[in-house]
Amino acid sequence: MNPSPWKVFGALVRRDVHVVSRELPFFLLRTTLQPIMFTIVFGYLLPKMGFVQPGYTGALLPGVLGVSLAFASVQAVALPMVADFGWTKEIEDRLLAPVPTWVIAVEKVLAGTVQGVIAALFVLPVARLIMGPIAGLDFAHFGLVIVMTLLGAFAFSAFGLLLGTAIKGEQIGLMFGLIVAPMIFFGCAYYPWKALSATPVVQVLVLVNPLVYVSEGMRGALTPALPHMSLPVVAGALVVISGVFMALGLRTFDKRAVS
Amino acid sequence: MAGVDVRKDPVSVKQRIGVVPQRPNPDRQLTAIQNLIFHAAYFGIPRATATPRAQALLDQLGLGDRGEAKVDQLSGGQQQRLMIARALIHEPEILFLDEPTVGLDPQARLALWEVLRSLHDQGRTIIMTTHYMEEADRLCDRLAIVDHGKLLALDTPAGLKARAPGGTLIEVTLDGEAAPVVPALQALPGLSRPAAKGNELHVYSERAGEAIPGILRAAEQAGRAPTDIRLTPPSLETLFVSLTGRKLD
Repeated sequence: MNPSPWKVFGALVRRDVHVVSRELPFFLLRTTLQPIMFTIVFGYLLPKMGFVQPGYTGALLPGVLGVSLAFASVQAVALPMVADFGWTKEIEDRLLAPVPTWVIAVEKVLAGTVQGVIAALFVLPVARLIMGPIAGLDFAHFGLVIVMTLLGAFAFSAFGLLLGTAIKGEQIGLMFGLIVAPMIFFGCAYYPWKALSATPVVQVLVLVNPLVYVSEGMRGALTPALPHMSLPVVAGALVVISGVFMALGLRTFDKRAVS
Repeated sequence: MAGVDVRKDPVSVKQRIGVVPQRPNPDRQLTAIQNLIFHAAYFGIPRATATPRAQALLDQLGLGDRGEAKVDQLSGGQQQRLMIARALIHEPEILFLDEPTVGLDPQARLALWEVLRSLHDQGRTIIMTTHYMEEADRLCDRLAIVDHGKLLALDTPAGLKARAPGGTLIEVTLDGEAAPVVPALQALPGLSRPAAKGNELHVYSERAGEAIPGILRAAEQAGRAPTDIRLTPPSLETLFVSLTGRKLD
């Protein structure tokens, strides 16, 4: 008798909760330090010096949250997976479980989603503390904040699944240099997408960047009075992006799992 | 596989087999016993059942006092035995081992042989691959010789050894192409199946000691000087070489 896939799924989740909860402080430090430092410079120092208008923090905060959750989700899935498939082969004890292999991949993506949300929840009060009062910050639509956070974290977890299975161990540095870093800088995290109308070509080009939709989604939910992309467009884009990354990621995962 | 179609129902196959990888790949984030308990959970075995079973397996495999140890604190041989415990925790019908003794010191290797024998005595089906002919000879009831995915022979070790080519394999390394020496060897009495492979000369003889001077003379007459001579008495290894036409890696 095979155990029910749900039972096995539950065991996979318990394993990740056990491991991740022990590593959580290091995980948060690793994934949120960069956005927090950015917050200190652009949300505290530059406004104090008078180089940046005080209103800028309203555009910055949602972006910083977007970067944190995207970065955390990608790393939570991709980094262990590159090691697992590349050299440690540790994931084999889960691939031997009597469930189809996609169950294991989906569990990893959901665990990454949760870690992304945790990172965002951690950064939100820290960033607010550093920036001081933020004009336009509005928690009235907290349900929307949750939905946007979950959609964004899931999209980037699925991206992590694709990266973690498609990239070889020795290319991991390259992955952060060539893919993640440009994604952050051109992800409308540190400026609103509408403001890019000053440079129309760039405004169109950045639309291929999934982070744009996460940042704009956070803007629409947290600072609804400030300019932002329409939320139904953001949600639709994130669903499509998630679907594409998931389909590609499951395919490469299956290939790596069998070899 | 145990009455289940691997292609149609891979999940049920996974339920029925235990796999020990060539290189130990325990979950390094967990302790030794947690590796077993979580692995059991992946097979739907509740913790209350898994915990005593895990401890019993650790005891049986000589790891009884290492349960709380982190995996990195275990030696290579201990990790390999932990992998066997992991493969057994869900009580599979068939146990697979992929070259389980590669990289183990002789003592750990013998200990592993003992473990495999006792599992075998308990009536478990064990399928293992190995490059060590001696290991296959000592442990296995049935032995298959596979080369590049092709099954070349399948029999008991004794049955296979009876098929090993007669006599001792004499391998002579020369300082040049061995092919010109072969015709002279075919004329010599007491030698069989001479063959050349690059600078290597392969020939079988029932009385290797007496045959060597003749072989060396034939080589010198063909203008070749021997640089090395090796003798291999009839064994699974000579059978392997004769079946595959090459030495073991």
